[in-house]
Amino acid sequence: MALAKVWSAKASWKRLVPWGALLPMALTVLVGYLGTALWSLRVSLSSARTFPKDDFVGLAQYERLFDNDRWLHSLQNLAIYGVLFIVACMAIGFLLAVFIDQKVRGEGVLRTIFLYPYAMSFVATGLVWQWVLNPESGLQQAVRQMGFSEFTFDWIIDQDMVIYTVVIATVWQASGLVMALMLAGLRGIDEEIWKAARLDGIPTWRVYASIVLPMLGPTVATVFVLLFTGVVKVFDSVVSMTQGGPGTASDVPAKFIMDHLFGRANIALASAGSIVLLLMVVLLVVPLLVLRSRSGDAKGHG
Amino acid sequence: MLRTACRKTLLALAAGLLALPALAQNGPRAEVIHWWTSGGESAAVKTLADAYRAQGGQWVDMAVALGEQARAVAINRIVGGNPPTAAQFNTSKQFLDIVDQGLLNNLDDVAARDGWDKFLPETVLNVIKVKGHYYAVPVNIHMPAWIWYSKAAFKKAGIAAEPKTMDELFAALDKLKAAGLVPLAHGCQPWQDNTVFTAVLTNVGGRELYLKVLRDRDRNAIQSDAFKNVLLTFKRLQGYVDKGSPGRNWNDATAMLITGKAGVQIMGDWAKGEFSLAGQVAGKDYGCIAGFGANAPYIIQGDVLVFPKTDKPDALKAQKLLASVVTTPAAQVAFNSKKGSIPIRTDVDASKMDVCAQQGITIMKDKARHLGNGEIYLTPDQNGALADILTAYWNRNMPVEKVQKDIASALKN
Repeated sequence: MALAKVWSAKASWKRLVPWGALLPMALTVLVGYLGTALWSLRVSLSSARTFPKDDFVGLAQYERLFDNDRWLHSLQNLAIYGVLFIVACMAIGFLLAVFIDQKVRGEGVLRTIFLYPYAMSFVATGLVWQWVLNPESGLQQAVRQMGFSEFTFDWIIDQDMVIYTVVIATVWQASGLVMALMLAGLRGIDEEIWKAARLDGIPTWRVYASIVLPMLGPTVATVFVLLFTGVVKVFDSVVSMTQGGPGTASDVPAKFIMDHLFGRANIALASAGSIVLLLMVVLLVVPLLVLRSRSGDAKGHG
Repeated sequence: MLRTACRKTLLALAAGLLALPALAQNGPRAEVIHWWTSGGESAAVKTLADAYRAQGGQWVDMAVALGEQARAVAINRIVGGNPPTAAQFNTSKQFLDIVDQGLLNNLDDVAARDGWDKFLPETVLNVIKVKGHYYAVPVNIHMPAWIWYSKAAFKKAGIAAEPKTMDELFAALDKLKAAGLVPLAHGCQPWQDNTVFTAVLTNVGGRELYLKVLRDRDRNAIQSDAFKNVLLTFKRLQGYVDKGSPGRNWNDATAMLITGKAGVQIMGDWAKGEFSLAGQVAGKDYGCIAGFGANAPYIIQGDVLVFPKTDKPDALKAQKLLASVVTTPAAQVAFNSKKGSIPIRTDVDASKMDVCAQQGITIMKDKARHLGNGEIYLTPDQNGALADILTAYWNRNMPVEKVQKDIASALKN
């Protein structure tokens, strides 16, 4: 009897321990993430300026937001940037991973070189990119001095092309990370599959395209989620390279929000903008996560 | 003779030794948050600290780079219950929300004792006085839209006389272009585009239109032909900048004048700091035009100190002492000579200031020429929305009617 009591007390204690360990994390999520998101939502429905206010103005801030040319333009920029950035990073990252997977010599060195851009702060590298792309002092000038006097590469000062310069610079930065993740995935592919494919005489590119890539599904999904959240919050690269310019041509939502949060003392409008961004993430990423966990369950039970 | 001198020195030293620790312990302690961090600016704020110390106070310097950051720090500390003694803001509506929340001490007794109403410009008084109470002490007056020109570049382009009208300015710009120079040194950043617009609005539109558009936010004035002409002139200036202009910092543009590569820059009087760092002298190496014609408005922009709410007697004492020291003529001349701005009062000895500052002080004596900059009449939010539209117009091709419509709708709320 006494023994059983001790036993059950021990068991319930054992059950409590994991919950206790989870508590700090749960509190962080509830207060730090959910709480502040709800707070932003509340502020976005008020007429707050420098300080939060208790009144309620309905969706007036959202109406104002979507009536604002600069905001709409920044959303358009985000769409262009997002598609190009994710596609280019995935493609280049995957090719780099395949390249290194060929057991090339100096793999360690190459891996470090490819991953290095990601380890550096974009505030610093963005400034270097700005110099390289500046037509008066950078690449254009250098090529012209080599004798090609007609060479023109002035995208960074071109209203319509400037957003592509941000794509180029950030792809340079993030491809290495994609490579590292993809390479880890490739190394997880069973050698037997390669042996079987070789026996059947299937060309290598075909194995990568039709067998390996589908098997890398979970890795690709992880990379996509990482890149997508990077896209939504893109800020430092734009600020350090173009400051949103020329004019507001390379503006992105995060910069719009920061400008209104501090410089323009309009926290309600800024909060409305951040809620819109949050909704975008939720709408695009959550279905993906649900899909993944479903397929995971199916496998688990099968 | 020698002996008395020695004795005097000794006495002074002894007095100093006795006085110093006493001051350090008992003087009212003022912690001041500001963003005066560049070379000339920190030299300027040092003169202010010295003036405050000379009155027996202790100055605790809290420099935070960039205005936005410094203001965010100040507001966070005020809200968090650990306010500084004083904090810098611009002469604008930036601190109106803090006043409305009842988080600032008013300076009514200092203002009454020192007679602020008598010597402060009305435009400044209207900003610092909220519902009949004084909430900020002005530190300086910057004029954001001076027209600077390089005498070397003008000589090279064969321009004999300083432009006296907008037409003459365009003629000069054409000559500079023909001489293979960059006519207008400019950095396409929203605030710089805005500076050019301000200069055009005052010199082409004039005082009445300026006030109607920026202060009254009058729809009819914004839709008028006169304002359309202002916008078109603004856009016409864009044709005189070089290809490297997008994203360029204002001081790099000033450097183009210093090296004689460019002819004209439209910029605030802080540009003087760059010229003097390069050893150039106002009136000799470069010229300054405040505006065209004898009645051209002088635009007032500047900094103020606000004093967060506190009941502590020591802090109150520090706030009152600082507010009083800032406006004294000696402190004003010392601070503004370093800062490149002009004093907030015209009854000062300006003989030691440069010719541009002297010109500014003379103009300030005529009240009919005072005008506030956009920030004085518009909320930060409205001002920002206006800047977005102007910078889009400067950089893109769009019909001027659309710009007028956009401005009207941005200034509506």
